[in-house]
Amino acid sequence: MGILEVKNVGKRFGGLQALGNVNLSVAEGTVHAIIGPNGAGKSTLLNCLVGKLIPDTGSVSFEGQSVLGRKPHEINQMGISRVFQTPEIFGDLTVMENMMIPCLAKRDGAFALHGYKSLLGDAEIVDRAEHMLEDMNMADKRHMHAASMSRGDKRRLEIGMCLAQEPRLLLLDEPTAGMARADTNNTIELLQQIKESRPITIAIIEHDMHVVFSLSERITVLAQGTPLVEDTPDNIKGHPKVREAYLGESSGH
Amino acid sequence: MTDQTSNTGAVRPATSAAPKAKSAGFLGLTGKDASLVVLVAVLTLLAPFILNPFPEGSAMAQFNAGYPDLMQRFVIFGIFAIGFNILFGLTGYLSFGHAAFLGVGSYAGIWSMKLLTLNVIPSIIVSVAVAGLFSLLVGWISLRRSGIYFSILTLAFAMMSFALAYSVLTPITGGETGLQLKYFDPRILDGALAQGETPRANLFGLEMGASYEMQVGAWLFTFNAGYYIAAIAMLVAFYLSIRIFRSPFGMMLRAVKSNQNRLNYTGISPKPYTLAAFVISGMYAGLAGGLLVAMDTQVGAERMFWTASGEVVLMTILGGAGTLIGPVLGAGFIKYMENIVSTINKTTLEGWFAFAPDWLTDVLVTIVYPFVGKGWHLTLGILFMAVVIFLPGGLVQGGQKLASMFRRKKGDDAAASQSQPGE
Repeated sequence: MGILEVKNVGKRFGGLQALGNVNLSVAEGTVHAIIGPNGAGKSTLLNCLVGKLIPDTGSVSFEGQSVLGRKPHEINQMGISRVFQTPEIFGDLTVMENMMIPCLAKRDGAFALHGYKSLLGDAEIVDRAEHMLEDMNMADKRHMHAASMSRGDKRRLEIGMCLAQEPRLLLLDEPTAGMARADTNNTIELLQQIKESRPITIAIIEHDMHVVFSLSERITVLAQGTPLVEDTPDNIKGHPKVREAYLGESSGH
Repeated sequence: MTDQTSNTGAVRPATSAAPKAKSAGFLGLTGKDASLVVLVAVLTLLAPFILNPFPEGSAMAQFNAGYPDLMQRFVIFGIFAIGFNILFGLTGYLSFGHAAFLGVGSYAGIWSMKLLTLNVIPSIIVSVAVAGLFSLLVGWISLRRSGIYFSILTLAFAMMSFALAYSVLTPITGGETGLQLKYFDPRILDGALAQGETPRANLFGLEMGASYEMQVGAWLFTFNAGYYIAAIAMLVAFYLSIRIFRSPFGMMLRAVKSNQNRLNYTGISPKPYTLAAFVISGMYAGLAGGLLVAMDTQVGAERMFWTASGEVVLMTILGGAGTLIGPVLGAGFIKYMENIVSTINKTTLEGWFAFAPDWLTDVLVTIVYPFVGKGWHLTLGILFMAVVIFLPGGLVQGGQKLASMFRRKKGDDAAASQSQPGE
C-alpha cells in the first residue's frame, strides 16, 4: 500500500473527460514521475490531489486517510506540499521572511493569534529558517526581496519553503518549466540531494525527459486521462505503447 | 511597495548582525521601533507647546493648532487611522466602511454614559467591545470576497448603518438630531443630577473639559485633561500596532497581501487572519468613536457617512499605508487642513496681501481664495494627487527621501543607499 493511493478517479469538465478512471499508487520513499502529452490530464490529477479540484468519482487517500473534501491548507497540514509550475512565493517579502512563514505553519498550525509576540525574538523560528536557508544554499540572499531573484532561485526558495514544513509527500508541477539549462540542472541536482538526504516521497509532473529520467524511480504515463502504463524508467524508455503515445510523437516528427 | 521595505528596515540589520534571535529590548521592541515610540510619545505629550509656535494675537496665530478641540481630533483620528492601517496596510484589504465602526462605537459609548455612568473608562470599553462585535459580523460576511467586491460590501454595510441610524433606528440613535447627554438620563451607577445641571464626561471626577492654561510671555499654552487621556490611548494603540507589525501574526497578514495561494499551500488559512485583522481595526475605530464621545458627549449619524470612511482611507494613504507612523501623520495633516486652512477667509487673505498695490491684492486674493476657506478640499485633493503620483509611499516616503538626500549631501553615500533598499 503506497503513501498516496488514487483509485478510480474521474473528472469531467463539461463535455471533456479530463480524467477517466485513474489508478495510481505512489510507494513511500520513491520518486514517482507522471508524464504524458499535453492535455493528458496531469495537472488535473495534481489539482485533485491537493484539494483544488474535487474529482467526480473515485477516492484519493494519503497515508490511509481520504483527502477528498478537505481544503488545500488542511491537505497541506496532513503532510503534502506542492511546488507550482510558476514559483509561488511571497514576492513582497524578503527571502528570510518567506522561509519563516512555513516554519510558523509547521509549528503553529493553520491559525494562531500571536499578535503580541516578537517574530524576531522567536529563537526557534529564526534558527529554523536560517538553518533551512543554509540547507538551500541561500543564506547570503536572506535579505533580498523574493520577487527580485532569478527564476532558478525562486524555485529553490519555493522548494526550501515546502521542505521547511517537513512534508512526507512533495508534489512538483513541472519544476523546470521555463528555466534556462543551467537552472534546470541546478534544480535536478537539488532534487537529487533532497531525495538522498531526506525520507521523503516525491511525485513529479514533468515534460522534460532529461529531468524525468535523471530523477524518477517509477514512471506513470498518462494519455487522454487514463494511465497507459506504469513501470521503471528503463522499461518505459523502450515501451512500444509509450513511444506511440508520447515519446514517439516527439521523436518521430 | 517601497513602504513595505521601510517596515523591514529594522528587521534586516537585526538578522544580518546576528543569526540568533534578538532579545527583547525596550518594552519588547528593537532599537529603531523603541526610539520611534519614545519620539512619538514625547511629541504627543509636548503637543500643546509644539502646535502653538506663534504668539497669541499675532497675524500667524491662526495657524496655531494647539487648542484642545483640535489636538483631541489629531490623536483620536490618529487612532482611527492606525487601526485602519492594520487592515489595509498589512493585508491590502481596502475597507470603505470603517466609519460605521467608529459610529457604532460612539453610539455604544454615549449609551454607556446615559445608562451607566459619566465615567469615560466604562464608556470606552463598551465602545470597543460593541464595535468589535459589529466588525466581526461585517467582516465575516464581507471577507467572503476580496478586492473591489470586498470594498463594495463594506461600503454597503456602512451606508446601511448610516441609513438605519438616520431613520428607522431613531429610538436608539436619535435620528437626525443625534444623541446628547441629558440631566435626566438614568445613569444607574452615578447619583441623579439636579435639574438643569449639564452632564459632563469625567475620569473619576476629572472632567474631560478641564484645562490648565499657561501664559509664557505672549504665548498661551493649554493643557487639557481630555487631550491627555486621548493621547495616552493613542500611544497605547500605537505601541500595540507596532507589536502587531512585528509579530508572527503581522507577518501572516503581510503574507496574505503578498500571495494567498502560497499561503493556502503552506497550510495556513488566510480567512481567520484577515478576519482577526478586520476585527482589530474595527476595535481601533470603536476606541476612536468612544473617545470622540468622551470629548464632546454627542453623536450624530453623519459620523458614519461614506465620506467619513473615505477620509480614513485618505489619511492612511497620504501618510503611507503599511508604515508605522504614516497613518498618524496623515490623520494630523488632514485634520489640520480641515480645521486651519478652512478658517482662512477673504479678509485674512486681504490682510496677507496688503503689501501689494490694490489691483494686485485683488488678483492674488482671487487666485488663492478657491484653495482656502470652504475650498480647502481642493487643496487637499491636489496634495493627495501629488502624493499618490510622486510619493506612492506617502509622507513617510517623502521623509525618507529627504533624509537620504540630506545624508548624501554629507557625503555618506553608503548609509543613504542602505536606507533605500532596491525594489
